[in-house]
Amino acid sequence: MTLSLGKDLLGLEPLSSEQIGLILDTAEPFKEISERAIKKVPTLRGATIVNLFFEASTRTRVSFEFAEKRLSADAVNVAASGSSVSKGETLVDTARNLEAMRIDMVVIRHGASGAARFLADRIESNVINAGDGTHEHPTQGLLDMLTLRDRFKRLKGLKVCIVGDVLHSRVARSNIWGLTKMGAEVAVCGPRSLLPNAIDDLGVTVFTRIEEAIEWADALNILRLQLERMTAGYIPSLREYNRVFGVSRERLERGKRDVLILHPGPMNRGVEIDSDVADGPFSVILNQVTNGVAIRMAVLYLLSGGRPELAEAAKHAGGER
Amino acid sequence: MSFDDPARGSKAVARFDALPFVAGRAHIRPIMPAPPKTSTVLDARAFDRTLRRMADEIVELNNGTEGLVIVGIQRRGVQLAAQIVSTINEREGAQVPQGALDITLYRDDLQTVGPRPVVGQTRIPVDIDGQHIVIVDDVLYTGRTIRAALDELADFGRPSRIGLAVLIDRGGRELPIQPDIVGKKISLEASQRVDVLVQELDGRNAAIIAEREAT
Repeated sequence: MTLSLGKDLLGLEPLSSEQIGLILDTAEPFKEISERAIKKVPTLRGATIVNLFFEASTRTRVSFEFAEKRLSADAVNVAASGSSVSKGETLVDTARNLEAMRIDMVVIRHGASGAARFLADRIESNVINAGDGTHEHPTQGLLDMLTLRDRFKRLKGLKVCIVGDVLHSRVARSNIWGLTKMGAEVAVCGPRSLLPNAIDDLGVTVFTRIEEAIEWADALNILRLQLERMTAGYIPSLREYNRVFGVSRERLERGKRDVLILHPGPMNRGVEIDSDVADGPFSVILNQVTNGVAIRMAVLYLLSGGRPELAEAAKHAGGER
Repeated sequence: MSFDDPARGSKAVARFDALPFVAGRAHIRPIMPAPPKTSTVLDARAFDRTLRRMADEIVELNNGTEGLVIVGIQRRGVQLAAQIVSTINEREGAQVPQGALDITLYRDDLQTVGPRPVVGQTRIPVDIDGQHIVIVDDVLYTGRTIRAALDELADFGRPSRIGLAVLIDRGGRELPIQPDIVGKKISLEASQRVDVLVQELDGRNAAIIAEREAT
C-alpha cells in the first residue's frame, strides 16, 4: 500500500479517483466501530485535534467530534465567537498559537473560500477542510458518495442530480468533483439565478425543470435553499420556489423509476423538500449522517500516518509481526 | 534570513517522495538478487490434516461445542477459522458461531508504519459475554497481534475464557503469550519468514518458509 492522501484534506478536486476510493474503502470497516458496545478504538491515542469553527455548524462539528473521540484522540473545540478571533486575531495567528500548544491536526470551517488551503500552507499540522466558503466541503462529498455506493454498490455510470442552490453550495462542488472522478454522471437542476454561470465547464448536465431531473436521475441530492441569502433577490419567493423546484411525493410518483433522496441538511421542510419525501422510503438522509462519522474516522486515520522517517526505521526492524 | 519556511516545504516533499527515494537507494547497493530459498512446512494434505486435528482439540478444550465462538484474525486467520468451523460442524453436527477480527486499529506500531495500513472488516456476530472464544491465526511470532486482539475483544464484552489456536508457531515471542493449540511448531531465524497460503486467497493450502527480502 503506497497510496496516501498527503498532509491535508482540502477538497476533492485535487484528489485522484484512487485516493477517493481509498477513503471510501477505509470508511467501510469504521462503520462497525459505531455499532459496538464500546464505541472506541485506541488508534489515535495521544493525538490532539482542534476543531476550529468560524461558522455555525451542528452536524459537521458533532460528527467530527464523534469521529475523533471514537479514535481516542483528544479533541478541543474552538468557536469563533467567544474566542480571541472576536478580538481581531488573524486566522494564522490563532492557528500558530494553537500549534504552539503541540497539536497534531486542525479541522477548520471558515466562511472564506480557500481558508483551509491558506492555513495548510502555513502550519505543520494536518489540516482538514470542514467547509470553506462556497468552495468545498470534502467530507460531505465523501459521505454522500459512500451513501450512494452503499445503495447502488457502484458509483460508475450512476446518474446523480444536484438540486437547488448550486451557486452558494460547497457541497455541490465537492459532489461534482468527487462523483465525476469516480465515473458517475452528474447533473444540476435549479433556477438559472442559483446556478453558476460557468457550470457547464464542470462537465455536468443542466436541467431547468425538476420533472426532467427526476426522469433522468438515479439519485437526487437536494441542497438547502440558503434562506439567509433570500434578500438578494435570487428567487421571487419561497412559495414559488417550492411550487417550481420543490421535491414532492407527487412529482416523484409521476416519474417512472425509484429515485434515491439525499440531503446534506439542515432541511427546510416544505421549501426544497417536502416532509413525505424527507421521511419517505427512498430517503437516505439519516444514513448520510451515520456514514459521516465513518468517513471522518477514515480521513483522520489516513491523514494521521505517513511519517516516512519512521516507516524507514520500521522497514529495517522487519515488518513481520 | 528568509521568511519563507524551507523546512516545511522540504518536509512535504519528503512525504510524497519517500517511496521513490527508498527505491532509488536499491541501485546503490550491489545488485545480488539471489532467489529466495523456500521449503514447504505443510503441503496441502498435511495442512488439511493439521486443521482437522486442531478442530478436534478445540472441541476437546471446550468440552463440547456449547458456548464456543471461533474468531479468525484478518486476513488468513479468517479462512482457517472457517475451515475449522466446517470441520466441527461435520464431526459434531453443531454450527459454532464464527467471527472475524481486524486488529490494525489496535496495533502498537501504528506510529512507525508509514502509510496507513489497510483496515479489514471486524465482525463479531454474537454477544461474547460469558462465551468461550478461541482466536485462530495463521502464524504466531512476536505475540503482538494477539495482544492487540485481546484488547479488541475486551471492547466487545467479557468472555468467560479466551483460547488461542495457531497453525504455525515459529517462536520469537516478545510478549508473554502462548498458544493453547498449535498446528506445527518450528523454529526460525529472524531472517526467515513463514507464509501460510489458503485456497480462497492464494489458490492452495500450504505453509512455506522463505528468506526475508533483504532491506
